[in-house]
Amino acid sequence: MNDESKTPKVKMAGKGVEVFYGAKQAINGIDLEVYERQVTALIGPSGCGKSTYLRCLNRMNDTIDICKVKGLLTLDGEDIYDPNIDVVELRARVGMVFQKPNPFPKSIYENITYGPRIHGLAKSKADLDVIVEKSLRGAGLWEEVKDRLLEPGTGLSGGQQQRLCIARAIAVQPEVILMDEPCSALDPIATAIVEELIGELREQYTIVIVTHSMQQAARVSQRTAMFHLGDLVEVDDTETIFTNPSEKRTQDYITGRFG
Amino acid sequence: MADTFPTDNNTVAPRRRDIGLKQRYAAERRFQLYGKLAIAFGLFFLALLLWTVVSKGYTAFLQTSINLDITFDETVIDPKNERNENPMKLLTANYPKLAEAALYQKLGIDPKDKAQTKAADALISKGARTQLRDMLVSNPDLMNKTQNVWVLASGEVDSAIKGQFDLSVDESRRKIKDNQLEMMDRLKADGSLEGRFNTGLFTNGGSSRPETAGVGVAIIGSAYMMLIVLLTSLPIGVAASIYLEEFAPKNKLTDIIEVNINNLAAVPSIVYGLLGLAVFINFAGMPRSASLVGGLVLSLMTLPTIIIATRAALKAVPPSIRAAALGIGASKNQMVFHHVLPLAAPGVLTGTIIGLAQALGETAPLLLIGMVAFVVDAPATPLDPATALPVQIFMWANEAERAFVERTSGAIIILLAFLAVMNITAIFLRRRFERRW
Ligand SMILES: Nc1ncnc2c1ncn2[C@@H]1O[C@H](COP(=O)(O)OP(=O)(O)OP(=O)(O)O)[C@@H](O)[C@H]1O
Ligand SMILES: [Mg+2]
Repeated sequence: MNDESKTPKVKMAGKGVEVFYGAKQAINGIDLEVYERQVTALIGPSGCGKSTYLRCLNRMNDTIDICKVKGLLTLDGEDIYDPNIDVVELRARVGMVFQKPNPFPKSIYENITYGPRIHGLAKSKADLDVIVEKSLRGAGLWEEVKDRLLEPGTGLSGGQQQRLCIARAIAVQPEVILMDEPCSALDPIATAIVEELIGELREQYTIVIVTHSMQQAARVSQRTAMFHLGDLVEVDDTETIFTNPSEKRTQDYITGRFG
Repeated sequence: MADTFPTDNNTVAPRRRDIGLKQRYAAERRFQLYGKLAIAFGLFFLALLLWTVVSKGYTAFLQTSINLDITFDETVIDPKNERNENPMKLLTANYPKLAEAALYQKLGIDPKDKAQTKAADALISKGARTQLRDMLVSNPDLMNKTQNVWVLASGEVDSAIKGQFDLSVDESRRKIKDNQLEMMDRLKADGSLEGRFNTGLFTNGGSSRPETAGVGVAIIGSAYMMLIVLLTSLPIGVAASIYLEEFAPKNKLTDIIEVNINNLAAVPSIVYGLLGLAVFINFAGMPRSASLVGGLVLSLMTLPTIIIATRAALKAVPPSIRAAALGIGASKNQMVFHHVLPLAAPGVLTGTIIGLAQALGETAPLLLIGMVAFVVDAPATPLDPATALPVQIFMWANEAERAFVERTSGAIIILLAFLAVMNITAIFLRRRFERRW
């Protein structure tokens, strides 16, 4: 683990982040930094606000009418809730993979090329072809689907669909990829493939992943943040969290005593 | 139910509980029976409706005609040879005389025999005038030539052939006399009098003579109106629904709008007729009886249906698709037009066609804006006076003559056929564009 000796660059940071759903507060003031080219895992019992925090990072919370976000959230030091920041551009830089695979009911090819097309990332059909192959290879799906690119993405298996969604996210070349329980709908083999993939993606992207599996957090992440009831209990190197947590609540959670 | 549990003195091998399976299956069977009964009930009335309409109306598609060798005799049509100076001459000539002369010849009647010729003249429809005139006007070379023509028989002959008259009553109380019946029998015997497919029913306009009355004007009027409804209410309805469903903030105002749209869908159609009369005719000064006004009134009526169907279709698109689009940086507009609307399209189309079918069958509002008019000539534009299919049915149903009864049912068959085609199209489109996710 030699990359931990250098101090990594902060990619995204939250300072005093509070989130309200109507009158109900879901996040009670959190400071959390996410380092560049690392996988940060968010863990904690159900309903503690992991997904809510994750959705703040690319402002998907904007789509929920009653949701209000307070505090400061930055990407490369820039306030992402600043009125001058365009949310569409932000989401092109901070991509998202959802809990349930949600490919568009279009062909595999169109699923991948949709993002690059709307962002004008490709000049020609040849460019698009290159992007499709690169993204599918990046998501470890190329070999399985290269002969059926024009078939509907919804016809793939669950695990393949989730990797298609990952390919779709990396096709727009984001800087950060957010993943909300990306393996919860997958079997152990597909999970292993996606986990391996996350390990490879880390070389190029900053990744934030929500997971309910302690083993998964331990396997794929470098840093882990423990949430509980809307609070950040602690955040540290994954190794430290799993071997020597400073908070009792973390210890109890990872050993399965509550949650 | 303690007694169903095994006790030690019982010799029960597998432990079985009474979990009410019998009652559950019985309930299911009962429900299925109710369902089948309900469907049978509905089908019975549908069959009854179709049977009465078809049994009364199928004869309207056959019209009795007489085969005659007509000579376009110049001495009758244009004796002074003035048609080059006065083109009206060809239009006003005495065409019935040509047909009558041909009929005397065929029946071997002396043209001087007043009683016989009068009886024979009444066998031929007054519509023969336009039929022969149109032939000659479109083909002036026919002058002085003889042509074999099927001429429409009069409405009385048609009714007598179709058995709509009681021929057993005394001759003086009948519209068709014994000598005419005898002539008809002779014509029938040599194949010169028979029922032929009634193209006039589809092309003719209004007429007080049943044999020349048709739904041609009504079909054109209805077609114009459907086109206007489609062109106005589809874009307006879809735009309104997309805005309300995807963009509008959810607040009191949009709630009120929602309630009002649902109310509008339930407003009786006659109210839309009054509105159309007040706004389009009295205020905007549009012409009465025009398909344009009819189309606009029906658009107002169809709009809520389309909005409700479109909103339901938009709501049915899974949120995960929206999240996927937004998640890779699509703008809201792109999300709607690239993903949500295409997925909602089958629902929108179905709703639109159902709305159109409703509008096609609507009568009351059209009565109020004067579309219940006697229109003979096919409307060239939507601004010309026209009627509509259901209004034509309404007008014919009020006619006293027996021959209009079959026409009323015939027009209903035509209307039902259009409705069936539209609904089948709706089902076809839904099957064709339905996608799974
Ligand atoms: N759309 C919403 N409207 C209202 N309340 C919400 C909404 N989404 C989440 N909440 C509330 O916010 C709190 C945090 O929810 P969140 O989904 O972030 O939890 P989570 O940590 O992701 O849980 P899980 O592990 O079960 O996914 C919960 O109490 C939840 O009820
Ligand atoms: Mg969650």
